[in-house]
Amino acid sequence: MTVDMSQFYEVFFEEAAEHLASMEGLLLKLDINAPDSDELNAIFRAAHSIKGGSGTFGFTDMTGVTHILENLLDKIRKGELALRQEMIDVFLEAGDVLKAQLDAHRSGGASVDEEIVANVCEILTKLTSEETAPATTDAPRQSAAPVTEKTRFHLAFKRVAKAKLENLLRELADNGDLKVQEESGNENLSLIFDTVMSETELLEMIQYVVSLKQVVLAMGEIDPTEFAREAFGFFEGNPGTPEAPLVADEEDGFGLFVSPAELKSQQEADDGFGLFEDAPGTEQIKQVENTASAAIPSKFTVAAPAKPTAPATTNPEGASIRVSVEKVDQLINLVGELVITQAMLAQTTANVDPTLYEVLLNSVAQLERNTRDLQESVMSIRMMPISFVFSRFPRVVRDVATKLGKQVELRTIGEGTELDKGLIEKIADPLTHLVRNSLDHGIESPEKRIAAGKDPKGTLTLRASHQGGNIVIEVSDDGGGLSRERILAKAKEKGIPVSDSITDQEVWLLIFAPGFSTAEVVTDVSGRGVGMDVVKRNIEGMGGRVELDSKTGVGTTVTIRLPLTLAILDGMSVAVGDEIFIIPLNYIIESLQPAEHDIKTVASEGRVVNVRGEYLPLMAMHSLFNIKPKTRDPSKGILVIIESDGNKTALLVDGLVGQHQVVIKSLETNFRKVRGISAATIMGDGKVALILDMAALVRMARN
Amino acid sequence: MSETSPSYSQAENDAGREFLTFTLGTEEYGIDILKVQEIRGYDAVTHIANTPEFIKGVINLRGVIVPIVDLRIKFNLGSAEYNQFTVVIILNVAGRVIGIVVDGVSDVTILGSAQIKPPPELASTLDTHFIQGLGTKDDRMIILIDIEALLMSPDLELIDA
Repeated sequence: MTVDMSQFYEVFFEEAAEHLASMEGLLLKLDINAPDSDELNAIFRAAHSIKGGSGTFGFTDMTGVTHILENLLDKIRKGELALRQEMIDVFLEAGDVLKAQLDAHRSGGASVDEEIVANVCEILTKLTSEETAPATTDAPRQSAAPVTEKTRFHLAFKRVAKAKLENLLRELADNGDLKVQEESGNENLSLIFDTVMSETELLEMIQYVVSLKQVVLAMGEIDPTEFAREAFGFFEGNPGTPEAPLVADEEDGFGLFVSPAELKSQQEADDGFGLFEDAPGTEQIKQVENTASAAIPSKFTVAAPAKPTAPATTNPEGASIRVSVEKVDQLINLVGELVITQAMLAQTTANVDPTLYEVLLNSVAQLERNTRDLQESVMSIRMMPISFVFSRFPRVVRDVATKLGKQVELRTIGEGTELDKGLIEKIADPLTHLVRNSLDHGIESPEKRIAAGKDPKGTLTLRASHQGGNIVIEVSDDGGGLSRERILAKAKEKGIPVSDSITDQEVWLLIFAPGFSTAEVVTDVSGRGVGMDVVKRNIEGMGGRVELDSKTGVGTTVTIRLPLTLAILDGMSVAVGDEIFIIPLNYIIESLQPAEHDIKTVASEGRVVNVRGEYLPLMAMHSLFNIKPKTRDPSKGILVIIESDGNKTALLVDGLVGQHQVVIKSLETNFRKVRGISAATIMGDGKVALILDMAALVRMARN
Repeated sequence: MSETSPSYSQAENDAGREFLTFTLGTEEYGIDILKVQEIRGYDAVTHIANTPEFIKGVINLRGVIVPIVDLRIKFNLGSAEYNQFTVVIILNVAGRVIGIVVDGVSDVTILGSAQIKPPPELASTLDTHFIQGLGTKDDRMIILIDIEALLMSPDLELIDA
């Protein structure tokens, strides 16, 4: 076949990556003492699909590894070998190798280190060839009794290249006793094959190498020579074109097909001859099959597969289509425009006489509802469950815990929580860092835990949930917690000005300072102190916030708050002079109009406001942005209390305008970054309003 | 600086090149027509704080946020008044969309290589580095500027340093 396969590469890469991920997930879930046969099968299927795909596309290195992997899995699946921890380890390793190979093919980059591949293959082969475990004691609970009885298959291949067949023959030989019966002609071959494999398995194996149109298969005891003659006769009779008519061969006298309307099939069966179906026309076979199988004694079976031939079958459970992210983003942009236009229309029609233009106003109201629904649906396209990120952590936890000699149980809660795909990609690294940190510094060694009267097995919890317009992700451990003394000592050592009387909350924030690590030893897991500040910066870059709570001896919880999406933001629009600014709603705690006596000055310059006994620094928007305000008197304006980095600040504005969802437009597309401004948006009247970068503003006000 | 500046010589041919000419005060300038996206009036600019005076702010151009630079302020030419005759030329330079405010757009002129003279060496607020040449059409002198290099230069503060 000369079809250009490269156009399907991308699909294969994605599917293979998915299969690898699901394989890993299942492996980690597997209970070694009582493996669930469904799960084993699922793992096997994943490996099998990768093998099939990689074979189709000619990625032989991957086919090689998966093949060996599959052999071992198959034995375990059938209960011939008992599952052991080391097997899981080597499976995971093999998964890594495959992933590396996949990446290498994908990027076209350097291929994977041969040694590693060979090593994994060797271990796998060794495990596979081990003595079959006694089925009585160790057989997996739910798996069926091992099939030991061999079945005889007769196989005939027609017009198959030698090189291709060699592979297959080797593979077949691994699975049973193979006897080459006759090599008639150049590329024709008939075989007798005794194996424990089922017919379906055999067919599956064959179809990776040769098209099933080129194979004839019969089961049971029949005269081999006769069979070969039949088989090739069948081929000869059919020119091999897929369009070959169903009834072409009748005069050959061999029942090489089944005619649904005729009783002939019955007679042919009585003749003792193979009801080899007309293989070229798979479609037609399906129609025939019912009749055929009802009429035919079970001694003969048909070679044509009842299963779909393509290895990359679509998953019936998740009917989905793959769409490029750009297309989705374009859709989101367009809907954003529509929302703006709709808002303009609403604003314009707000001034018309409702009695005269009732129909118009109704339509505008209808449009508003539809637009909102449309926007929600479109936004949901980009939403993915956070399980995409969480799913990598069982492996991380397992590897790191083993390396550190700790016992850790990972609990994930709220994996179904959805957030924007862009956020999913960006949140993975910071989360991994937090998890590794918790494992390394948080959870103590089993001895320490026992000494502290805790369960030797530590618990790490990942929890995701929606809270208002935010998604909240928590990484919490039941470890030793942060040590206030050590952090303070370290801070002093680093020359960070701290007083001993600062609150715990402020102490915890110190660990987000660059270069801050209290780990006694720098391990290769963490402790270099380049992490937490990066985590914080990454999350703030996504418009989110990090909070940390810890109790010595009880544990630590890091809470990440993120907006649901990067494209839309809930904002409060505020007026300063003639300008409108948007404050992201998640920063706002409250808004109030202070009484004159609540405003105090410190050292005659800095102003503070007393909010229920708490003195908050006051910063005036008009002075930050050099705008002529309507009022400079805080008691005549509005104070918006915002919280950033755990600090509260009062922001003086002229007044509140309203609360909206705004579509975020980057300023940097055509302009540059502006201090204190995170982005822009377009208001209902078509004007541009700037979105304030609260964290930067607070920093600006401090300096 | 000769007329063989790279961006210029590349497109040079006998048929000449088309320039959009506009006025700043009493001077006439020309820019490569291919850089021009559209011409529109001046309205509703959102001011951005803590930026130089010649950056007027940003506008909403059909959903795209576009910064507006007033070249009259930048080069001290003409009076920076804004009325219904004020023109904004929307340019497409270096993958960005940027608007410039000018006193008025004259026309589109075709200049052959013979009509373009190298720029003189002289001190001015407009760095001669950005002048591609001086074009002559009838008795008009058109200052041909490399608008892309000008707008991307650090002193316009339109891009991140």
